[in-house]
Amino acid sequence: MTTVAVKPATMAQALTRAMRDAMAADPSVHVMGEDVGTLGGVFRVTDGLAKEFGEDRCTDTPLAEAGILGAAVGMAMYGLRPVVEMQFDAFAYPAFEQLISHVSRMRNRTRGKMPLPITVRVPYGGGIGGVEHHSDSSEAYYMATPGLHVVTPATVADAYGLLRQAIASDDPVVFLEPKRLYWSKDSWDAEHPTEVEPIGHAVARRPGSSATLITYGPSLPVCLEAAEAAQAEGWDLEVVDLRSLVPFDDETVCAAVRRTGRAVVVHESTGFGGPGGEIAARITERCFHHLEAPVLRVAGFDIPYPPPMLERHHLPGVDRILDAVARLQWEAEG
Amino acid sequence: MTVLEQRGAYRPSPPPAWQPRMDPAPLLPDAEPYRVLGTEAAAKADPDLLRRLYAQLVRGRRYNTQATALTKQGRLAVYPSSTGQEACEVAAALALDARDWLFPSYRDTLAVVARGVDPVEALTLLRGDWHSGYDPHTHRVAPLSTPLATQLPHAVGLAHAARLKGDDVVALALVGDGGTSEGDFHEALNFAAVWQAPVVFLVQNNGFAISVPLAKQTAAPSLAHKAVGYGMPGRLVDGNDAAAVHEVLSDAVRHARAGGGPTLVEAVTYRIDAHTNADDATRYRGDAEVEAWRAHDPIELLEAELTTRGLIDEAGIEAARQDAEAMAASLREAMNRDPELNPMDLFDHVFAETTAQLREQRALLRAELEAEQEQHGTQEGGAR
Repeated sequence: MTTVAVKPATMAQALTRAMRDAMAADPSVHVMGEDVGTLGGVFRVTDGLAKEFGEDRCTDTPLAEAGILGAAVGMAMYGLRPVVEMQFDAFAYPAFEQLISHVSRMRNRTRGKMPLPITVRVPYGGGIGGVEHHSDSSEAYYMATPGLHVVTPATVADAYGLLRQAIASDDPVVFLEPKRLYWSKDSWDAEHPTEVEPIGHAVARRPGSSATLITYGPSLPVCLEAAEAAQAEGWDLEVVDLRSLVPFDDETVCAAVRRTGRAVVVHESTGFGGPGGEIAARITERCFHHLEAPVLRVAGFDIPYPPPMLERHHLPGVDRILDAVARLQWEAEG
Repeated sequence: MTVLEQRGAYRPSPPPAWQPRMDPAPLLPDAEPYRVLGTEAAAKADPDLLRRLYAQLVRGRRYNTQATALTKQGRLAVYPSSTGQEACEVAAALALDARDWLFPSYRDTLAVVARGVDPVEALTLLRGDWHSGYDPHTHRVAPLSTPLATQLPHAVGLAHAARLKGDDVVALALVGDGGTSEGDFHEALNFAAVWQAPVVFLVQNNGFAISVPLAKQTAAPSLAHKAVGYGMPGRLVDGNDAAAVHEVLSDAVRHARAGGGPTLVEAVTYRIDAHTNADDATRYRGDAEVEAWRAHDPIELLEAELTTRGLIDEAGIEAARQDAEAMAASLREAMNRDPELNPMDLFDHVFAETTAQLREQRALLRAELEAEQEQHGTQEGGAR
């Protein structure tokens, strides 16, 4: 008997594998978008799919995001399961009307007669040195729209498992891919990928007793780094990875906050009107008597996304997270 | 030898990648809207088809007047009437086979009903008891689309999917003149042509987008001409000539089914009523214009053809009217009953599986309803 060595794989490879496996398992799964065919996508996430499954299953579309998503609606109406790639976060905006006015509500307005099992993949977030319109964190827009699931992986294994779940879902899923983690590696068994539990479950990535960092997607590695650094200050930080913004896992988040009594929400998206406000409010509504300090937010500034040479000042970093942890009213304890 | 001499003579040439792609001439629409009624072409029209179109037009007109009356009685929240456009509505429905799909906009209730959808269920959106009332799969009719032109890419996607699956299904999408200014119109037509999707676009050019006339909407020679830029044929037809609209649409459907790709049809018609019951058309158009179009009425045009050629008699006309009256009476009766509303339905179809958050909110509404009922019960008890 030989043991198969588990090779490191990137998040991009895991996403590709997820689509490939989904397409092999279900002929109704169709991948479509700009440059997804011959080129394999600008991030190469659809690499090899057109070659393996043909251009009818992995289709280079005209350059028009509303048209892409609108056509996907019609394809889903006829029983297909489209997986749509929006090339970059900010390039998904032309598809907004289709998403908000049709995709999110078709199940509802037809009383379940016409569900739309569409996965909208959106590379999002900054930190890759992208010029304007290539680094937006658009999750709050999607979260604010009833009828959409909003999912974002932060690990290689989740990238595979969550994307398989998203494609299998009978509801529309906005699948946000943290583009600066595309090339992050993990020892992940690409030969025997396992699927994770259904969409909607947060997970503690690091146990801790002093305070809970609540985060998702691109900010997870930053939070884990901050938690390591915090040890020197005597703080033992727990880190929760939300994985799914909609549905929101109140249970896991609140259980964590009740254990530690202190919470900081960390994300790249702007603070004002961003996901952190909703999360902080939910924690306060549910865990008020367990809180030793107000729930704090570490977010991107309320500014248009900065030019690449200035983005490091905008993105939540270890120091800003530790500063927030320091403000969690520790002195009141003594 | 100088450097220039070494290089040799530079020979200008056409851009290397350029090549002619298609002769645009066959795609161009006719100079005048195509007509059948009152022309020699009418002799070739199938008398049974003409009689069927006539019966549906009479029904359609009555449906419009009845629905408009129901708004005045508070039974409908709003009704965008298609009076004057019945030929387009009816011909669109009749040009399709059962396996085909229709993609209507909010003014196309008539086409939806003519396709077989229950007249009451077709009005659910406009009555306001739900956002759509019929199962789209039963008669292969998409829900009415209120956002303009956004249903067009759906039609393209469905037609494309059908073709990928090997089904010879055609999608027919309805849009107005105003809708042709929307980006989704452009994207849908472009996708349809690139994919050679079996889809037909019918633009009902009724002259106005609420108050804005066509001249402020487009500078194109005609809306049908827009087809040429996408590489599909454009057809121009008299939208009040039911036989002509039916023929042009049937040709386009046949063409699409045979793998010939999409067609854009512009039907020139007129919205006799205001945009909706909430609109005042006297603010943006004069009576003379409306009267000119009343004299080009789709029902009278077809009735004249049928009577002149002896294809219908007084009894036939009367039968069509009685059928329409019976439909109106049954619609009236159904719409005068309050719809059954269950507020708990609001939470049932947001997702396939509900979320913890929606369960909480559902419980909140249920508690509110129970409190309401209890209060109501106490008051009634007190009165007794």
